[in-house]
Amino acid sequence: MLTFTIRRLTLAVPTLLFISLVIFLLLEFAPGDPMAQVPLTVPPDVKEKMREALGLGQPAPVRFWKWLVQFFWIEPQVLIDNLLGTSLSAGDLRVISWQTRSPVMDIVVQRLPQTLWVVGTAYLVAIVIALPIGIYSAYRQYSWFDQAGTFVSMVGFSVPPFFSGVLVIVIFSVNLGWFPSIYDTTHKVTDWDSFVIQLRQMIMPVMVLALQITAQLSRFMRASMLDNLNQDYVRTARAKGLGEYTVVMAHVLRNSMIPVVTVIALGIPAIFGGAIITEQVFKVNGIGQLLIGAIQANDLPMVQTLTFIFAVLIVLFNLIADVLYGILDPRIRYD
Amino acid sequence: MTEITAPPQPARPPRSQWLDVWDQFKTHRGALIGGILFILIVVAVYLGPYLWGIDPTGIDIRARNQGPSWAHPFGTDQLGRDMLARMMAGGATSVSVGITAMLLALFLGSFVGILAGYFRRLDGPLMRLTDLFLALPLLPLLLVMMLLFREPLSSAFGLERGIFILIVVSIGITSWMPTARIVRGDVLAIKEREFVLAARSIGATDTRIITRHILPNVLSPVMVSATLGIASAIITESALSFLGLGFPPDFPTWGRLLFDATDYLQQYPERVFWPGLAISLTVLSVNYLGDGLRDALDPRIRKR
Repeated sequence: MLTFTIRRLTLAVPTLLFISLVIFLLLEFAPGDPMAQVPLTVPPDVKEKMREALGLGQPAPVRFWKWLVQFFWIEPQVLIDNLLGTSLSAGDLRVISWQTRSPVMDIVVQRLPQTLWVVGTAYLVAIVIALPIGIYSAYRQYSWFDQAGTFVSMVGFSVPPFFSGVLVIVIFSVNLGWFPSIYDTTHKVTDWDSFVIQLRQMIMPVMVLALQITAQLSRFMRASMLDNLNQDYVRTARAKGLGEYTVVMAHVLRNSMIPVVTVIALGIPAIFGGAIITEQVFKVNGIGQLLIGAIQANDLPMVQTLTFIFAVLIVLFNLIADVLYGILDPRIRYD
Repeated sequence: MTEITAPPQPARPPRSQWLDVWDQFKTHRGALIGGILFILIVVAVYLGPYLWGIDPTGIDIRARNQGPSWAHPFGTDQLGRDMLARMMAGGATSVSVGITAMLLALFLGSFVGILAGYFRRLDGPLMRLTDLFLALPLLPLLLVMMLLFREPLSSAFGLERGIFILIVVSIGITSWMPTARIVRGDVLAIKEREFVLAARSIGATDTRIITRHILPNVLSPVMVSATLGIASAIITESALSFLGLGFPPDFPTWGRLLFDATDYLQQYPERVFWPGLAISLTVLSVNYLGDGLRDALDPRIRKR
């Protein structure tokens, strides 16, 4: 298991380097000019100086190398500095956003809590709802509950968040007036009343996201339970005289959870990536909206860094899912 | 004396495989309804404009923001353009993008899958490539591609055609991976079967074995992933349009109509409803169709 993990980790390094190169090259072709917003009265030689100040004057390989150094060497140092109060990174140049001229990672750290709150809560809610639905649907296969569950999850698959989000805004904000349609990220939770306000503004985005995730997870849980319910060991357990509850919840569920746990792990990068569309609909000031804003403003360092962080998370959680699978299921051997 | 007996006759006339598939497909009521609904939607968006003569981009500023009436069953928008005509024009674009992008992804996926499954030497590199693509954050990359190649392509092919090509190609090259994996798995199994060995022993070339013996046998997983591909391509295109990075504003698609309608959410909420419903219904019908096809094409289920 350990050798497998180490082998996968070493394999992940060239993968990530290649991905960062792909992203860099893609952005390299960008026709957008970061100087487009500068007034026309600024003389060309000044413009050229500003361009060089952004680091654009050098050839592409040098800039790629600089970005790699900044991201993999200087940013971790900044993190250590902030955690331990040391000054390893003093004077080093960090990845700077062209929009705000401040370090990209600082902005990411500012935006991350909003995304984690909303999307993370949605993920938890979805897991809590989806697992019982999946278990019961499989146990009573083809019952009306199963049919209804199938239909609801099909709807959850099919209704895109930009429609379901707008729909709940129309129903609950415009017509009923129960919840605010815009998520206020400056709101601070200090006492019970402000907590209730926070809860009210979170309900709609969480609802929209949770519907989607529930649809996928409950289908998966159901399929996994169905695979196990007809196994011989279930018949043995029943023949031993175990209660129906023990058979299903102890024997079948534990085996069915193995693939479901890995699927849940695979979905975690999406939490950090932020639901780009849902954040856009509810104006949640999170990572997804940061990316959209950076793309529209031609802020290449920001786009490059954010996309690469997403890629790192995807690769990392793929690895975690594989390792988890091996740990949970003793039949799987990776050697 | 040995009597020459007639060879044993089958009790029933032979049935083609596709007749069996159709019989199984018919028993899945959701899939049947989904299939009919999808055909209806496709017919409506492609043939509808011939019956409903109003120009989807024709501005009639005096008839703006009208509710449903006989002249405009879905009402008109803020510039007095007929919503029914715009819905049909938008649907034609969305469905065309969905189908074309699906075909491209299917072609790429089957190509990579067959090469990886059939030629042992290509298996490793091609599957690493597939894993690499799966590790890319797709929606952000799609957005970046939209932004970067919009100008050069629309100046090369004209605005609408350029964006169409851009969207189809970007969706196609970011969604072929599941198909490639499924096809590779199937090819790996089929290539060891006796009929492939027989074909090889009579001297069939690799190209012939692939096109005549292997391709027909991987058709069913390809068909299932085709239906699911249409659904996800339509959703992706609408999402891009919704984020303002899809087709230009005066060119209607369902996602764009939904996006434009959110500005008037408070006053005219019903304008959001129609494009959203159209997207959802199309995707739902295609998903049910794929579900039924998967059951119908699986011989293990069909025998029951």
